[in-house]
Amino acid sequence: MGEVVIRLEGLGKKFSINNRQESYKTLRDTLASAATKPFRRVKSGARMDGNHREANQTIWALRDVSFEVKQGEVVGLIGRNGAGKSTLLKILSRVTEPSEGRAQICGKVGSLLEVGVGFHPELTGRENIFLNGAIMGMKRLEIERKFDGIVAFAEIDKFIDTPVKHYSSGMYLRLAFAVAAHLEPEILLVDEVLAVGDAAFQKKCMGKMEEVAGEGRTVLFVSHNMAAVQALCQRGILLHNGTVYTDTTASAAIGTYLQMIEQTQSLNLLERADRRGEGAVKLSKVEISTGGDNGSRILATGRPARFVFHTTRLQADVSFVFTIYDHFGQPLASFNSAIHSPEDLRDPQLGERFICQLDELSLTPGRYRINVAIWSDGVLQDHMEGASFFEVEQGVINGRPIIRGGGSGRVCMHHRWIMPES
Amino acid sequence: MVSQLASNSVQVKRQSPILNIEPSNSWVSLKLGELWQYRELLYFLIWRDIKVRYKQTALGAAWAIIQPLFSMLIFSLFFGRLAKMPSDGLPYPLFSLAALVPWTFFANGLNQSSNSLVASANLLKKVYFPRLVIPIATVLAGVIDFALSFIVLLGLMAFYGIAPTINLLWMPLFLLLALVTSLGVGLWMSALNVKYRDVRYIVPFIIQVWMFSTPIVYPSSLLPATWRTVYGLNPMVGVVEGFRWALLGTNTAPGFMIGVSSAAALLILTSGAFYFRHMEKSFADIV
Repeated sequence: MGEVVIRLEGLGKKFSINNRQESYKTLRDTLASAATKPFRRVKSGARMDGNHREANQTIWALRDVSFEVKQGEVVGLIGRNGAGKSTLLKILSRVTEPSEGRAQICGKVGSLLEVGVGFHPELTGRENIFLNGAIMGMKRLEIERKFDGIVAFAEIDKFIDTPVKHYSSGMYLRLAFAVAAHLEPEILLVDEVLAVGDAAFQKKCMGKMEEVAGEGRTVLFVSHNMAAVQALCQRGILLHNGTVYTDTTASAAIGTYLQMIEQTQSLNLLERADRRGEGAVKLSKVEISTGGDNGSRILATGRPARFVFHTTRLQADVSFVFTIYDHFGQPLASFNSAIHSPEDLRDPQLGERFICQLDELSLTPGRYRINVAIWSDGVLQDHMEGASFFEVEQGVINGRPIIRGGGSGRVCMHHRWIMPES
Repeated sequence: MVSQLASNSVQVKRQSPILNIEPSNSWVSLKLGELWQYRELLYFLIWRDIKVRYKQTALGAAWAIIQPLFSMLIFSLFFGRLAKMPSDGLPYPLFSLAALVPWTFFANGLNQSSNSLVASANLLKKVYFPRLVIPIATVLAGVIDFALSFIVLLGLMAFYGIAPTINLLWMPLFLLLALVTSLGVGLWMSALNVKYRDVRYIVPFIIQVWMFSTPIVYPSSLLPATWRTVYGLNPMVGVVEGFRWALLGTNTAPGFMIGVSSAAALLILTSGAFYFRHMEKSFADIV
């Protein structure tokens, strides 16, 4: 270790929002939008237009990013969605060009922004291995040499001459990852590819990643999975709003990242413009904690959870709806204060707050976000996506430990087994 | 900085090239050397296009023959029989098929390469390789279809008892001319299509107009001789007349006109390639 193999100097990438959104615009779209315009105005109300972005506005997805990576370093790139992690990897993979600054890379680069790129459903497993390998930059002889290893790793030897459209999603992913795992580059750029597939597959991928990291290859690893970053990386770079926020050890960077999430939770939501609705009542703050007097901000499986919503003003007939999403954006559970239970309470001392109390949080460890909607008189007053984020740590449900990556699914249910005597 | 990186890599025993990633100038070189390095990918993409095309369709390879054959039948009926179109003294079906075989290769290549980048959006957004590979592979994959329909053409020649002349040896050159034209226009259209999706609706229209500007249903001898050279600015005129000359022995020997056609085709190809490379850096962002 010691030689610098990646050097970034003032790297920046800007997008023109206007250009991006209207790039596909055709005459037909223009006509269609003109035809539906009056209806849309009625539906969303006249206030909507205040949020329209000015024409030709540019946003910097990445700005003034400089750092060096030495040979053999395994670096975790972390940060919230939109922090610029993926853009950075795309620039280093040469998929997209920087707008300013430069990067220098010394060594053979393998980039894994997605597994199975270029897979064609009509082609067999064998044919896709060659095609995908060639797309990722492998030579034909190299693929032939590694072919048996790839098939063995994917565990699909019986189906190697079956078109991949007949594969189960698990087989498909295993094959896709197997090709990628045999790239053997000197510098590996990986973007969140471990976030797919079932637990067994993820475990296998992690194992392979650990092997790669242990071989002295240089790895840049983007992930939302803090446990994976912690396990694989020595160094962590936290990106925030397109710039390097901290560049330190992996565990310190993760700590700063989690703190950052907590801080944004207590931010005044009224400053956010990404909302819809009439606006007579607005969401000003969301607090998520385990509840009680010395409640923690970090939730855990099986423990209580308390969601406190602050509003701008109290109005009769206000109801709250919020939905919990996993980090892939799948909705998991929805909560509606307009649908009553005998256990619901009224508390005159609450002021302008609404509280949703869960006695036992049945989510598996991971990261979640909530969308919040406020209704009154059947009219949407305020709606905000990603109003808050929270982390769930490992915990216990009726005495049964629920660990990270312990199975598929995001929900764990209170249950018991009845087993024969052995 | 560069020298420092270079000296470091020497210490690591293996000499790795240093890759510089910077914003490029507005007009960039074609990087043909890099294209050559990626020739295996080109080969695999051609192979995929052919394989998938024949696997996905019920009639498979038969489509390569059906398309020009049916056009030939319809043209023979309407233009040959009913309109009594002159055909340089040849049987009209043969006269039109000799033009339709290279034309179909050209038109399919143009149509498919125009959509090729948008169809490969996922590749463009996830992997780096010279983007030129995609439209090139699409056009080259059409050579197989051409070969199949060419066999049918030879069969029809045998049916009419017309033997190919020694000029047949020139035919690959005319095929190359069709390929260059198809790719050249395809490069323009595919790059434009990324930005303006209307292009996909315009391309079939261009092909239709182009077809009637090319002597497929009629002989170019209908035109006054003085206009022939100007007519040659349409490279497909050179291709079609060349095919008829090389295969059927019409007296449309490639003279000055083929020079004009070749020059026009090369101009389209180089301008298309440069425009494509100029647009390339925005492909991944807007596709």
